[in-house]
This record gives sequence, C-alpha cells and structure tokens, in this order.
Amino acid sequence: MQLTLWTYEGPPHVGAMRIATAMEGVHYVLHAPQGDTYADLLFTMIERLPKRPPVTYTTFQARDLGGDTAELFKTAARDAYERFKPDAMMVGASCTAELIQDDPGGLCRALDLPVPVIALELPSYQRKENWGASETFYQMVRALAGPNAPVPGTPKAQRAAGARPRCNILGPSSLGFRHRDDLREITALLLQMGIDINVVAPLGATPADLARLGDAEFNVVLYPEIASLTASWLNRTFGQPATKTIPIGAGATRDFIREVATLADIDASAVLASADSRATWYAKSVDSTYLTNKRVFVFGDATHAVAAARVASEEMGFKVVGIGTYAREFAREVREAAKLYDVEALISDDYLEIEARIAELRPELVLGTQMERHIAKRLGIPCAVISAPVHVQDFPARYSPQMGFEGACVLFDTWVHPLMMGLEEHLIGMFRGDFEFHEDAAPSHLGGHGDARANREPAAESTATSALAAEPEQARDALAPNSTEPATATVATWAPEAEKELRKIPFFVRGKAKRNTERYAQERSVPLITVETLYDAKAHFGS
Amino acid sequence: MSAVIPIREAASGCGEAPVLRERGQREVFCGLTGIIWLHRKIQDAFFLVVGSRTCAHLIQSAAGVMIFAEPRFATAIIDERDLAGLADCNDELDRVVTRLLERRPEIKLLFLVGSCPSEVIKLDLSRAASRLSGRFSPDVRVLNYSGSGIETTFTQGEDACLASLVPSLPASSATAPASLMVVGTLADVVEDQFSRLFAQLGFGTDKPAVRFFPPRRADDLPEVGPNTKFLLAQPFLADTARALEDRGAERLAAPFPLGVEGTTAWLRAAANAFGVDAATFDKVTAAGRERATNALVRHRLQLAGKRVFFFPDSQLEIPIARFLARELGMHLVEVGTPYLHRQHLAEELDMLPAGTLLSEGQHVENQLDRCREVRPDIVVCGLGLANPLEAEGMTTKWAIELVFTPIHGYEQAADLAELFARPLVRRMKLVA
Repeated sequence: MQLTLWTYEGPPHVGAMRIATAMEGVHYVLHAPQGDTYADLLFTMIERLPKRPPVTYTTFQARDLGGDTAELFKTAARDAYERFKPDAMMVGASCTAELIQDDPGGLCRALDLPVPVIALELPSYQRKENWGASETFYQMVRALAGPNAPVPGTPKAQRAAGARPRCNILGPSSLGFRHRDDLREITALLLQMGIDINVVAPLGATPADLARLGDAEFNVVLYPEIASLTASWLNRTFGQPATKTIPIGAGATRDFIREVATLADIDASAVLASADSRATWYAKSVDSTYLTNKRVFVFGDATHAVAAARVASEEMGFKVVGIGTYAREFAREVREAAKLYDVEALISDDYLEIEARIAELRPELVLGTQMERHIAKRLGIPCAVISAPVHVQDFPARYSPQMGFEGACVLFDTWVHPLMMGLEEHLIGMFRGDFEFHEDAAPSHLGGHGDARANREPAAESTATSALAAEPEQARDALAPNSTEPATATVATWAPEAEKELRKIPFFVRGKAKRNTERYAQERSVPLITVETLYDAKAHFGS
Repeated sequence: MSAVIPIREAASGCGEAPVLRERGQREVFCGLTGIIWLHRKIQDAFFLVVGSRTCAHLIQSAAGVMIFAEPRFATAIIDERDLAGLADCNDELDRVVTRLLERRPEIKLLFLVGSCPSEVIKLDLSRAASRLSGRFSPDVRVLNYSGSGIETTFTQGEDACLASLVPSLPASSATAPASLMVVGTLADVVEDQFSRLFAQLGFGTDKPAVRFFPPRRADDLPEVGPNTKFLLAQPFLADTARALEDRGAERLAAPFPLGVEGTTAWLRAAANAFGVDAATFDKVTAAGRERATNALVRHRLQLAGKRVFFFPDSQLEIPIARFLARELGMHLVEVGTPYLHRQHLAEELDMLPAGTLLSEGQHVENQLDRCREVRPDIVVCGLGLANPLEAEGMTTKWAIELVFTPIHGYEQAADLAELFARPLVRRMKLVA
C-alpha cells in the first residue's frame, strides 16, 4: 500500500476515457461500480465540454455482485450500441471490475455487434492515466488501421510530382494541458511550411480517420506520453518516421521546423527566416536582465518538464536547480535533461518527496503542476503551471498554446508574472521595513495574499533567535520527514548579529544564503556563525 | 401585499403514491465524497480511504480548491503486491497508519474508510480498526465505515460514518432527564442558530441542553441512552437512526428543517416532545418565521409556476421539492431520489402535492429522455449532466451545491430559494 495525499495521475481507465472523449463516433462501455461516473466531471467541468463523455458505465452495486455482473455488462453494452450507434466500441474494466474478472472483451465478442469492438486491458493496480491513454490509442489504431497495412516488404509509394507532403498529427486528446491551442498553433505552422494534414488523432478523429492514418508520409508526435507507442507501431507497419522534437519554446520550435523539413523533404529556410517570436526580444530587452540566473525548479510530465527546462535555461536565462517528473515511463528523458543542468533528476509520484526537494532547494520560481502550486504557496515561492494535472483555470477561454512561436510568448508572460518586478525587488533589497513593500508582502501586482504572513511579523521580530524559526519552511518540516535539511546537531550556531544580517538579504535568496553559510561553517568546523562567516561564505560561493 | 405566503394544501399528499423504480446506469457519487464535508466538521478527525487510485482521484477531483489547505484525508492505495498476497494487507495498513499518525500527532480520531476494491477483496477493516485502536489508544481512536460505491450513494457516506461513531458514544445514566440530540452535519452557522432557538425554548435551562451529532471535536461526543430523543436534520441517516435506536434512543418524527414550514414543524416536534407550551413556541419562532417568509417573497416572484425536475443525488430531493412546491409555488415534474426511506420521509411525502412523479434509483438514459421530453424550466442534476443539458438549452441547478451550502433553518430559507432562482435570473440576464 502507498500512502497518497495527492495523486499526479488518475487510474488508467481515465486515460481511456480521454481517448474516447477526444474522438468522434466511438463509445466506451466501462464495467465499473456505482460512483465511478465522477470521471465525467473532469470533462464537463474542468474541460467544460458541452457534451457528456461517450461512456456508458455498468455502475454495479453490492447486490449485483451476488448475481450476474457479466449479464449486467452485456445488457449495458447492447443498450449502448442500440442507443448511440457508434462506428466502433471500446470496452474495459475499472479497478473494481478488474477484481471480479468478468472479461468485457470476451463478453462483447459474444454479443457479435456489427462494429469493431476494441477490448482494453488496463491493469489498474500497476499503471496510471497516461499509460492508459497511450495503450488505448495504440489499441484503437492497431485495430482500425491495422487491416490497411501494406504487405511487409512493399516499397513505399513515392509522392506525386508537385504534390504537397502529408503528415498526421498524433497526441492531442481530451483533458490535455493546452492541447486545443497547441494543435491550432502547430497546424498553422505546418500549413505555412507547405505540408498538408492527413489526420489529427485522437482529438476529433473518427474510426474511419484512424483507418487512413497510413496515407500520410510521416507523423508529428506532439505528446509522446500519449502517442509515441502508436507512432513507433505506425513506423514499423507503414514505414512512417515520426518527429522527436517537442516544439515548446522558440528554439525548440526552430529545431522542430528543421526536423519536419527533413522528414518532408522540403526546404524550410524561408519559414525559418520569417519566423520569430516576440518572446525572444522580450527576454533580450533590458527589463529582463534581472531574470538572469533566477533559480528555478521544474516538475511535470516528462515532455513539458524537459521542454520547460530548456526554455528556462536558454531562452529566459534562469538557472535550473532541479528537474523531475512523475512519469516513470519517461524517466530516461528527464535524467538526460538533468545532466545538461548538472542536477539530479527527481523521479517520483510521491507528493511529499517533491515538497521536501523544493523545500531543500529553495528555488526562486517553481514551474510545475497544480500540485506544485500548493507546495509553492505553502513555502511562499512564486509558481507557474507548465503541465497536467491542472485545474479549471488552466483550460482558459483565450488562445493560450504552449507550443510554437505564440506558445513561447505565452510562456514568457506566464512565467514572469508571478515574480516580483525588478524595481520592486531592488527597493526591497535597499530599504527594509517599509510598511507597504516589505519582504513578506506578495509581489504588489499579484494582490493581497501576503497578509497572513505580514501579520505574524511583529512576533517574529521580537527575539532575534526566533526570527529564523519564523521562516515558512521551518513550519513545514514537521510534515516533511523526508526533508533533507541536516540534523540540527551538525549545524553551527548563529550569532544574533549574524542572524540579523541574514535577514537583510532579500527573502527570495535568503534560504540559499542560509544554507550556503551553514555548509561553509560546517566544512570548516566553525562553531559560531558570525557576520564575518556570512560574508566569507558569500565570497566563497560567489552569490 | 401580504407578507404571509399562503401554503397550498395538498389534497392527499404522496404518502401512498407509487414510485417509479428503474435500474440502469446511475450517475451519482459514491459515499467517499462525504469525506469532503465531514473532515471540515470534525476538526480532529482524519479519513484514510483504503482503496485504489480511482478513489484517490475522485476525492482529489471533488475536493477542488480545498486542495490548498492541509488535508485531513488521504488514500492508502492498494497495489498489485497487496492483491497478489505478496504483502500482508494488514501489515501494510499498520505501516501506513503508523506513518500517518507520526506525521499528524494532533489527530484524535481516525476513520478507515472502505471502498469498492477493499470491499470486493474482503479486507476486514473493522478488525484492523480495533487492532489499531488497541495499539494507539488512548491517544487515537480508530473506527471504520464503508464509503464504497457498491454500498453507498453520496450522502450515505455520512450515514455510514455517523453510524460507525454511535457505538462509541458515552451511555447516559438511566436516571438522567430526557435529552435532545440533533443528528446530521449542519453548517456551523446553522447549528448556532438552532442552538439559540432551542435555548429560547428552554433547553439548557429547565431541560438538558441540545447536543449535536457529529460534534465539532472527536472528544466531545454526546451521550446516548433510553432517555435520548433525537431529531434528524438530514434525510439520509437511515443506518445512524437505527444504530441510535439500538441504544435505546427515540426518533422524533418530523419533516426536515428546510424552508419556513419544514423548520417550524421540525422545531415543533421537539417542542411537543419536551412539553414546550404553544404560546412559548410561537413567541420564540415568530421572528424567524416572519423574516424568512418575507425574504421568500422576492424569490417566489421568480419561481412560482416554474417546472422543476430532480435527478437523484443526495436524498435531499424530496424535502427540497416539498419546499419549492409549497412555499415557492413551483411545479414538480419529477422528483428522483437515489434511495427512499419511507418511514423517515413519511411527513415529507404527506406534504408533497398529490400526483408528483417520484422515482427511486436511476436509468440515466431513460431519465434524460423523460427530461428532454418535458423540457422543464429548471433541472436539478449532478455536474456530469449540468453543462451538457445547458448546451441543449435547459437551465440547470447543480445538486451538489445543496449539500455544501447552509440551507437549513429560517435564516437560510431564502438562500435555498435563491440557489434555484439564480440560474433562471442568469439565463435571462445573458440572453438580454
């Protein structure tokens, strides 16, 4: 058993629902107990879809367990077919139904429905949501496109002279973080390059669309978590190569254009010459100088975390002090990326472990998921969301892609917004104790949620020794036993005047200064940290 | 204009009316959802769900913005090692609970909450609870109940939770004077209002003070015994009532305290049982009745004559429908409820307009067909149906809000009406 406060991913059948809901003309019959229909809310409320997800649940109850739950499933499947007349059906079990082992696939074959029925085996006690989505998409494509596969060894048909190259776009789905707008951005980019779109899947695709996936020359994979399994099958079966670059950030978008041009065998220099992102100039403009080497912690699904770290480092000038993902399937990619920044990758879906790492690193900005927002709020660190899981506010009405050149602009605005503006930052460093712009106030453009801490301030000031204890992360330690703060016995004592001096350091770097000084003192066996020690450490570590 | 709303007398009520019973897909929450409000009410209790990732995901999705607070609920996710018998489930559970209690030393009451997976694999949580209680007593009491979807629907999770608490209520002495207990989670503000009204009726002076169950703190449990009379504040407490009756307590039959009429009748049931004279009762309740009645007039203008359709959700449907029909003049097209307890709802059913279509259980597709056919003015339904029905041009009121909002008592009668008027007002504003 695993003690779980928050979970980064849902169960795998929610992933299957994301595929079913993204597509048109399919229906999913899910063997599940009463109550599992809660998952409908993810689609109708968080994504605000104006339709019910195309899912029929058997919603069995305790009294049904004594009877024939298999018959219940068959009735539900038959009725769902009659009512919705889908072009293809998906059938499967949720975690509880998996335990009673009714075999939805076998039962449905016995019904002999006149449409393809795809049986999904999603092991709920081992796998999670993204795996479920990926597996479902793969099974759907294999079942529907498989019959159109060429005989192995057949030479690939050449593009007719003068015809435009054609590709599929794979990965966008329901409940995906900004999938809607990423798709629009990348579609426009491909069309501008002179490439036609054969099929977009799963979002908006019908079973008939999946059947003609093989007609394209290559595949554009936007979200490997959902589509890389399918793309590699399509490569084996239809000889379609797939893109590897994720076009998040201006630099990655340029790389993506070059990669696509190679796959499509076209010249993209004109597109590259004309392409530019306002974000690139914004980051160069002097106003952004204060962003240099801001310490940032990145966490999310692997695709977004790796892409965000690159943007943070190369396009914003931040310093990546930590990177991690909750997706074990993609741990390798994140470990590779971590090497670039000389940090250790954090591969974990244990919320408390991530909280402990952030508390330890004390970054100035957290780029993460909805969960990291809670951690960041608790620790008083600015935060922006870069990856699912997300809440309703991250399915915005306005156009807000993460991908392409417009996406880069969205990233610039979103990530800089929670930070304190440069001038405010300087003034707080120069004049401490201002009644309005004090260190515990939130950035003034973000409004009032710094009040609670401001009210605690007088108590914290009353004794010099308690001043450090008032740091927010100290209060959290009791809850984060994994915290890697060294045990108090090994830490040198702070002289009162040194402690006072420490409080003069702007708060967003104070945690780091404290840690560095203590490390410095420990390494040199200095028993008492004085003001001198503080500045010795500062000179030693160079910040 | 008279401030007094004439109350329409039903010809015969729905006491004996046939009920449409259907089986099919049920679009409802499971009992785990009760944790969302119960953990706010009992401030030193922790709810540990023993279940799957689905259970964790459900609570997380339902808890919405509360995610920012330090939660007092969590899930022990069963994994394949537990299922394959590689790990002893009981050892695993002990390990998880120990880790949890080390982390949260302020917890006094721990509920092990059963789920569909734990029920299907027959994990004996009650034995685990008594074992852990033994180990952690006297600091922490460990109890268990089931919030599984196969056994409980939405608010029934509260019923199961409270029923599990009843055996640990202290026994009152046989010679103690008769006492009154109010059963069911109420918003703190409502509880305080009722406390004041009961005090004015003489409880706490010449009669024992009224006790509320569940209490706000786990060490403040009310006594129970043959001298206890209890009033149900919520209609979904079948098992809790039975458990209290098993300990000798007596249920006072009453409609539920929703709207002016319901609140008055509910208070009167207590007043009559404890010999409060009619003059005192009228004097104490007069101000509240008049305020509420006046406040309802405005909403009656919006709501009178409008046709309302209830999908099943919380078992609050029948009392609320009664309030909407009798005090606001709405027309009831269909009143669906997940479960109909005829005995506890007898007074409510008698007050419903004769001929109201009642349905128990659900076949959601058939019910949607009926709903589309009659095109009601307002549909009360869950969030899974609300936006899709809005997109079809219907006005909806999402039902879960009725459980999370203070709606009981005089001072909230107009708030309850407003919950129904708001979607209609909004539709008019946005079209205009």
